[in-house]
Amino acid sequence: MTVAIDRATGKRRGERAPRPGPLRRLRHSFQKYWYAYAMITPVVIVLGVLVLYPLGYGLYLSLTDATSDNTARTIGVNEIEATYKFIGLDNYADLLWGETAYDRFWSHFVWTIVWTAACVALHYSIGLGLALLLNQKMRGRTLYRLILVLPWAVPTFVTVFGWRFMLADSGVINSALDALHLPTPLWLEDTFWQRFAAIMVNTWCGVPFMMVSLLGGLQSIDSSLYEAAEMDGASAWQRFRYVTLPGLRSVSSTVVLLGVIWTFNQFAIIFLLFGNTAPDVDILVTWAYHLGFGQQPRDYAQSAAYGILLLSILIVFTSGYRRWLNRNDPQLAI
Amino acid sequence: MSTSMSTSTLPTTSAADQTPDAVRPRKARRRGERGPGASLAAHGILIVASLIALFPIAWLFFLSLGPDKDDYLHPGRIFGKMTFDNYLFVLQETKFFDWLTSTLVVSLGTTLIGVLVAATTGYAVSRMRFPGYRKFMWVLLVTQMFPIAVLIVPMYQILSELQLIDSYLGLVLVYCSTAVPYCAWLLKGYFDTIPFEIDEAGRVDGLNPFGTFARLILPLAKPGLAVAAFYSFITAFGEVAFASTFMLSDTKYTFAVGLQSFISEHDAQRHYMAATAVLIAVPVSAFFYLVQKNLVTGLTAGGTKG
Repeated sequence: MTVAIDRATGKRRGERAPRPGPLRRLRHSFQKYWYAYAMITPVVIVLGVLVLYPLGYGLYLSLTDATSDNTARTIGVNEIEATYKFIGLDNYADLLWGETAYDRFWSHFVWTIVWTAACVALHYSIGLGLALLLNQKMRGRTLYRLILVLPWAVPTFVTVFGWRFMLADSGVINSALDALHLPTPLWLEDTFWQRFAAIMVNTWCGVPFMMVSLLGGLQSIDSSLYEAAEMDGASAWQRFRYVTLPGLRSVSSTVVLLGVIWTFNQFAIIFLLFGNTAPDVDILVTWAYHLGFGQQPRDYAQSAAYGILLLSILIVFTSGYRRWLNRNDPQLAI
Repeated sequence: MSTSMSTSTLPTTSAADQTPDAVRPRKARRRGERGPGASLAAHGILIVASLIALFPIAWLFFLSLGPDKDDYLHPGRIFGKMTFDNYLFVLQETKFFDWLTSTLVVSLGTTLIGVLVAATTGYAVSRMRFPGYRKFMWVLLVTQMFPIAVLIVPMYQILSELQLIDSYLGLVLVYCSTAVPYCAWLLKGYFDTIPFEIDEAGRVDGLNPFGTFARLILPLAKPGLAVAAFYSFITAFGEVAFASTFMLSDTKYTFAVGLQSFISEHDAQRHYMAATAVLIAVPVSAFFYLVQKNLVTGLTAGGTKG
């Protein structure tokens, strides 16, 4: 990724003139790079106003005891002043090792990890399987592909309701299971089956993206590699293991990272499937939303603290993942 | 790509060394051909997968034809009384067109701002290396993975103070917080695929970087811009959390909120909900299929190249 870089600025790296003073360096750097800075200014402003400022404000809120009862609000014509106060790191302490911290944080944390791992594993393996099948020469390949992309094409908030009808107590899934004399679980009431249903629906929604990306990756593998492998007598499994998988590595590393981030942050599916009725099925994101907006009084401070924690978890994970990729294959550094 | 290719040749040859006589010259089968059994199995799996992919949506459509709200529990009864009345009701009696308007205003607003603001940045980070480049890219990447829980509370507070709750502008601004960095990232991926020689030609001809960008690169980048636009559109269109929280009056609901309102307000009118769902799904998915191929290349290119 660094190859093309230096051609753009026309500078060779590692060339060091004697270091001028800081002011001159600043001026020099500005003269040299002002095009670049001018071009990124719009985004910098937008990010500053729309992301960094709210982020800082959220961080501040997480250090207070703000709820909907003590923030500034308007009731009728009366304007009520904010009365919340700064309480330091109490929210974080309470949430991580307070009295009922297990029920409020750790149980959701564990379930979020299970949810993310299970969903991404299912997305990836099913997506890869289907991509491998679709990569063969066969009749009706385009039709299959078009149909299989459907769950991605239809907006999630629409399809989730389709699933909700199907999963209802005497909906079509349970009718079918009943007809086959199989047990009919309470998909939308029992915690275990709710979790099962959530993973199932999310898998259904997420496979097409993986499948299409991996299919793109498969098609970009040079077919002469397969010919060479076959010539050398590699079996189908060996061709898969030593040609296909390494050829997919760069696509895989990206889609797995994206998949983890998206699944970890997946709000719509759990929220729309169960609403506010099932706190046990909430992953951390939906639980934070529940604290901030799904209950009375709204606990803004705790919700903000969850938000900050969630972001920290993701940043730690992503940095670790990138470092791990870097170590294994420096070319793939994102 | 080429780098990962070259790494893959090495293990291949070593694998071949381990098993020099793995080929069994049974029948001369051309490369890529399979026996009838394997072919049948492949078709079987794909047919099952297609059915699974298709069924929930087909079911939604089927239910939308049943005239009673409890028909989803007795699907067999729908066959006798199929009707498009639900659609007529939704189009005439509900706020469907209000929702359509607000969805389009919010999504198109987000798209427009996202692409316009991000275009020059995408170019700058694709072509120029400036002090702070790595940090900037890192910020762009991190912003994309913000869980909604991080911004929703402070945004709610800030927008309340500015009296932008329940306004299109407020929602567009919120969506831009993800759309802008995302578009910048995506466009960078696309600009990277445009040869640097073009920039150099521009420079030789005396264009400054802005001129090169506006006159040479931008016309070439139309497909990339389209992908970025489409992606911002579809993200804003399908967003649930912010829209559900920030839009309060039912004429300003986006579809994602309006669809939920069938269950809370109208005591679970599932037949109307199904009809609305189909009305939303058909144009969006049609549009999706048109641009789908570009979307994937855009997404993975934006992600793999840094």
